[in-house]
Amino acid sequence: MSFLPYAVAAWLFVIGLYGIVTSRNLVHLVVCLSVVQSSTYVLLLAIGYRSGGTAPIFADVSTTTKVVDPIVATLTLTDVVVEATVVALLLALAVQAHRRFGTLDPNEMGALRG
Amino acid sequence: MSEHGQRAVREASPGAGQEQARLVSSERFRMVLFGAGVLGFAAVLVWGLGGLPDFGDFAGRYGQYLAHTTVPARHATSAVSVTTFDFRGVDTLVEEFILFTAAVGVVALLRVQRASEEVPAEPESTRRPTARSGALRSLITALVAPTLVLGVDIVLHGHLTPGGGFQGGVILMSALFLVYLGGTHLGLGPLRPMGAMEAAEGVGAAGFALIGLAGLIIAGAYLQNFLPFGAPSHLVSGGAIPLLNIAVGLEVMGALLILAAEFLDQRLLMHRGKL
Repeated sequence: MSFLPYAVAAWLFVIGLYGIVTSRNLVHLVVCLSVVQSSTYVLLLAIGYRSGGTAPIFADVSTTTKVVDPIVATLTLTDVVVEATVVALLLALAVQAHRRFGTLDPNEMGALRG
Repeated sequence: MSEHGQRAVREASPGAGQEQARLVSSERFRMVLFGAGVLGFAAVLVWGLGGLPDFGDFAGRYGQYLAHTTVPARHATSAVSVTTFDFRGVDTLVEEFILFTAAVGVVALLRVQRASEEVPAEPESTRRPTARSGALRSLITALVAPTLVLGVDIVLHGHLTPGGGFQGGVILMSALFLVYLGGTHLGLGPLRPMGAMEAAEGVGAAGFALIGLAGLIIAGAYLQNFLPFGAPSHLVSGGAIPLLNIAVGLEVMGALLILAAEFLDQRLLMHRGKL
C-alpha cells in the first residue's frame, strides 16, 4: 500500500480539475482550484515521510529520534499561504465579474461578450 | 452595468435554442479535451511516480541534517519553525510579501469600484446587530477571549511546538472576526478599525524585513541571528525566531482582516442604479 498517498494526491488533482472544467459558477471554480492545490500538500508531505518517523519537533523527544523531513513541511506552509492569496485574488475577480456581467456562470459570460 | 447585462440575457432568451445547442456542444468538446488531457496526465504521472522513493523510504539528507542540527545550533525545538524562519528565512520573507501584495491587490480590485459606481446600501450611521439571535451573540462574544489567547499562545510558542506566526495569525484573525460577528454592524462608517488593521499588516511586514536588516548590521548577514539563543525548550530561546514569528503573526492577522473586511463590504454596497 506504499503508493496510496501518491494515489490520493493524483485523485485530488484530477477531481479538482474535473470540477474546474465542468464548473458553472466562478466561486465553485475557485474552490475546485483549491482542491487541486491541496493535492500538492499531500504529495509534498507524502514524499517527506520516513517510516516510523515522528514530527520534527524535539520538545518532548530526544534530538536523535527518527523524524520526517522538516523541509517539505516548510514548503507545504509556503504552499498554503500561496493558495490563500490566490483564492483571495480570484474571489475578488469573481466579484468584479459578477458586477460586470450580472452572473457568475462562465458560460453566460462568454455568451454576453459576443 | 450588471442590470444592463441581465436585460441583454433576457432579451436574447426567446430565440435561445440555438444558443443552448452551441453551449451543449461546446461543453461536450470541453469534456473530450479534458478526457484526453487527463489520460495524458495519468501516463506522465505514473511514469513520474514510478521514479519516486517508496512511501516512507525518503532518504534526503538535507532535511535530516536540518532536523538534527536544530536543537544544538539554534536552541529551538521545532525544526519546522527553525527551517522556516532561520535556514530558509529569505524564502519566508518573500512568502510574507506575497501575502502582503495579495492583500493590496484585492483592496485595489475592490476599492476602485466603490469610488465610482457604488454607494453604501444603508446610511453610515446604522448600527444593527450582526446576528439576530441573542444566545448566538453571547456565545460568540464569550469565545473571543479564549480564541485570542489561543492565537497569542500559538504565535509565541512557534519555535518550541507546532505553530508559529502563520498559524497563530489566522487564529488571531478569527478572534477579531468573532468581535464583528457577535457585535453590531458598523456599516462603512469611520468606526471600523481599518487603519489599525492596515497598521498591523504594515508593522508585521516591515518588522520581518527590519529584523533581517538588524542581522545584516549586527551579525554581518541578512536574517543572520543576532540575539542570544537561550536555553532549549524555554520561551525565550531560538534567538530572533520568536520575534520573526510575532512579526509574521501581525502581518497575517492584518492581511486576512483586510481581506475579510473588503469582501464583507461588497455585501453592503449597492449599485447606484438600483436605488
